[in-house]
Amino acid sequence: MADEHGRKWDRCLADTAVKTVTGISVGIVLSVLFFKRRTWPVSLGSGMGLGMGYSNCQHDFRSPYLLHGNMVKDQ
Amino acid sequence: MLRVFLRGANTKAQKCLYGRAHPTNLQHHRHYTSGESSGAAKVVAVGLVTLGSSIGGTVLYAKWDPKFRTAVEKNIPYSDWLLGMALGPNPYSPVTAHKKQVELSQPPSMMTEESRSSKIKKEKNIKEEPSVSTASETTSAPVYSAQSIEESSAEASHIISAISEVPSVPAPHDTEAAVLTEECKECHHHGDTPVPAMVEAVDSMTEGPLKERPAEEVTARLAQQEQEDQDILASVSASLEESLASSAKTTLQAIGAQEAALQAIGSHTHKLKEAMEAEVPPDQKSAQWRDLETALAERRSTVNDAGAALLKARDALDSLRSVIDKAKESKVAAVQPLVLAAEENLHSMVVDLDQAVTKVQSAESEAKIVSQYTELVNEAKRQFQKELSSLTPEIQANWKGLNDLNALIAHAHRRIDQLNRELAEQRVREQVHIEAALEQQKLEDQKALDKAVHTATQHSKEEARLEQERKLSELREVMEAEMRTQLRRQAAAHTDHLRDILKVQEQELRSEAEQVLNSKMLEQETHYRQLTQEQLDNFTLDMNAAYARLKGMEEAIDSHVIAEEEARKAHQLWLSVEALSYTLKTAGSDLPTKPLESAVQAIQDSCCNNEFALALASALPEESLRRGVYSEASLRSRFNSLRSMVRRVALIDESHNSLYQYFLSYLQAALLFEEKQAMPPTQLTNEDLDPFKLLSYASYCLEHEDLELAAKFVNQLRGEARRVVQDWLTEARLTLETRQVVTLLSAYANAVGLGTTQAP
Repeated sequence: MADEHGRKWDRCLADTAVKTVTGISVGIVLSVLFFKRRTWPVSLGSGMGLGMGYSNCQHDFRSPYLLHGNMVKDQ
Repeated sequence: MLRVFLRGANTKAQKCLYGRAHPTNLQHHRHYTSGESSGAAKVVAVGLVTLGSSIGGTVLYAKWDPKFRTAVEKNIPYSDWLLGMALGPNPYSPVTAHKKQVELSQPPSMMTEESRSSKIKKEKNIKEEPSVSTASETTSAPVYSAQSIEESSAEASHIISAISEVPSVPAPHDTEAAVLTEECKECHHHGDTPVPAMVEAVDSMTEGPLKERPAEEVTARLAQQEQEDQDILASVSASLEESLASSAKTTLQAIGAQEAALQAIGSHTHKLKEAMEAEVPPDQKSAQWRDLETALAERRSTVNDAGAALLKARDALDSLRSVIDKAKESKVAAVQPLVLAAEENLHSMVVDLDQAVTKVQSAESEAKIVSQYTELVNEAKRQFQKELSSLTPEIQANWKGLNDLNALIAHAHRRIDQLNRELAEQRVREQVHIEAALEQQKLEDQKALDKAVHTATQHSKEEARLEQERKLSELREVMEAEMRTQLRRQAAAHTDHLRDILKVQEQELRSEAEQVLNSKMLEQETHYRQLTQEQLDNFTLDMNAAYARLKGMEEAIDSHVIAEEEARKAHQLWLSVEALSYTLKTAGSDLPTKPLESAVQAIQDSCCNNEFALALASALPEESLRRGVYSEASLRSRFNSLRSMVRRVALIDESHNSLYQYFLSYLQAALLFEEKQAMPPTQLTNEDLDPFKLLSYASYCLEHEDLELAAKFVNQLRGEARRVVQDWLTEARLTLETRQVVTLLSAYANAVGLGTTQAP
């Protein structure tokens, strides 16, 4: 169980890195293609990527504490 | 807005850095040259606007979403004051929810309070008379109920008292009187016949206990006596009635005759008076005289008749009196009232008769006076006529000559003189005559008075005598009745007494006889039982002795066998338990022990009929059987590596588990230093539940080989820290369980072994 924590962190960081890089690249592409080489798509992309990675990481760490409920329809 | 701000900042920065405006930048900042001079003010304004808008947005959103509002109020100080001012109190605050919970948890007391408050509110709100009436009703309702309760209680008490009064003993006087009257009535009904009979019976009894008249003779005599009395009574009553009737008839007749005589006398006297006094013409006078004569004759006849009737009546009354006297002589008591009644009748008749007679006599005396008067008048008239005729005989032949007339007048004058002289003489002798007459009258009056007094005294004496007789008879009756009742009562008491005595004697004799019989029987029985019992006892004793010895020998042998068996089994058990505890020691570092299954199986084989050991053997956890347990040392080393992990996630739990919290937790772990090992206190407080403290306590315990306490402390961790140490905890539990069971088993085996080994 102690290992799980470490494993989670690995997953998390890797995932975040991947997402950020992807975001940056997409931003670069968009910036080059559509937005006249402005910087803002890049930062947007990187921000989005970071955010997604962060959110995923948080969700992963929270997953043991999340409660799942089922809606029961009366019939 | 942000862009504007950024642009503003950029321009300022560039200005500061480059001094002059860059041409390329100027293009960009064309629009804003007008705002250059007031850049700072603009910045401030923009900042303020931003702040205000953010605050306004927060307030609006808080108004729409109460949960957001509570979150804001919790996290930002003084926001609750602001929000409260802007929006009003928070309806969804956790404080009110808490209060509601508290309220809900105390329903009963609150309910009553609420009801009372609601009542009070109702009373206050309604400001008309109904409110007063309801209040008064409610207040009076308990009062009324109290009153009704009081009344009902009073009623109940009344009823109870009445019920208790009802069976009260009625006045003894009334009952006695009632009894007396009843008995008297009975006596009256029965007559006086039982009394003499009972008297006779008593006498005979007192004479001697042997001579008692048989009941039939007594009744016959009683009947005979009754019959005789009845006959006498009948005859007497018949005679009395006869005489009474006859005397009554005659008396009535006499009284009638007397009354007729009275009337006749009265009429005659009246006519005479009229004739004397009235001046009527001569032709009617003769008629009057004739009437007078007829009246006189009538009077005479009626008087005679009255006299005769009176005599007859008196005879009849005398005969009645004689009959009464004769009846009085007879001894029958029932005749007395008849006699008394007859006497009374007689007396009343006599009285009436006497009254009538006196009336007649007074009338007669009056008539005598009147007749005397008439005689005198007649005498005077005749005298006058004689003188007149003697003096003037010739005048009757013829009335001629004045001389005759003068002679007549002279005679008349001479007569007048003579009469005057007589009158004077008379006047002189008047007083004497009057006195003589008075004397005579007095004498006569005295005589009459004496006679009247005499008759009156006779009558009253008679009446008193009759009254006395009557009273006497009544008293006699009462006395007789009482005597009868007393005698009857005495007889009844006597019979009751006899009956009781006989009963008591019978009882005594019977009980005596029974007692004697029972005692004799008992003696015989006890003697017999004793003999038989002695025989039985001796025999049983011998038998028991032999049997006991045999039993003893058998038991000794059996116990020997059993003891040896037990010893063998204990040996086996001990051996198998030792094997089990040895397997526990085979744990290598970081490797679990061998599975304990085989050893447990051996134990179960060796103690198949020992429940305790079997139960313990089956109490081992499954994991330990299949997989084996870890040693304490391995657990210890694992713990040390775990410790750092736990420190790092100390702040994470169900509610605080965002990445920011993770960062904070890591920061805390890096910055916080705690003791490696701290001695745990005997009692844990709330502060001791801090994860770092718990870790140091657990570490201390582990270093001192107390896995159990360490596991307890680790068990107190919460949240992510707990999740991290869950594995370690499970392993520690397993190890502890297994060790506990094994210790128990070995202790048990030792005890059994000790118990069964026999000292040499």
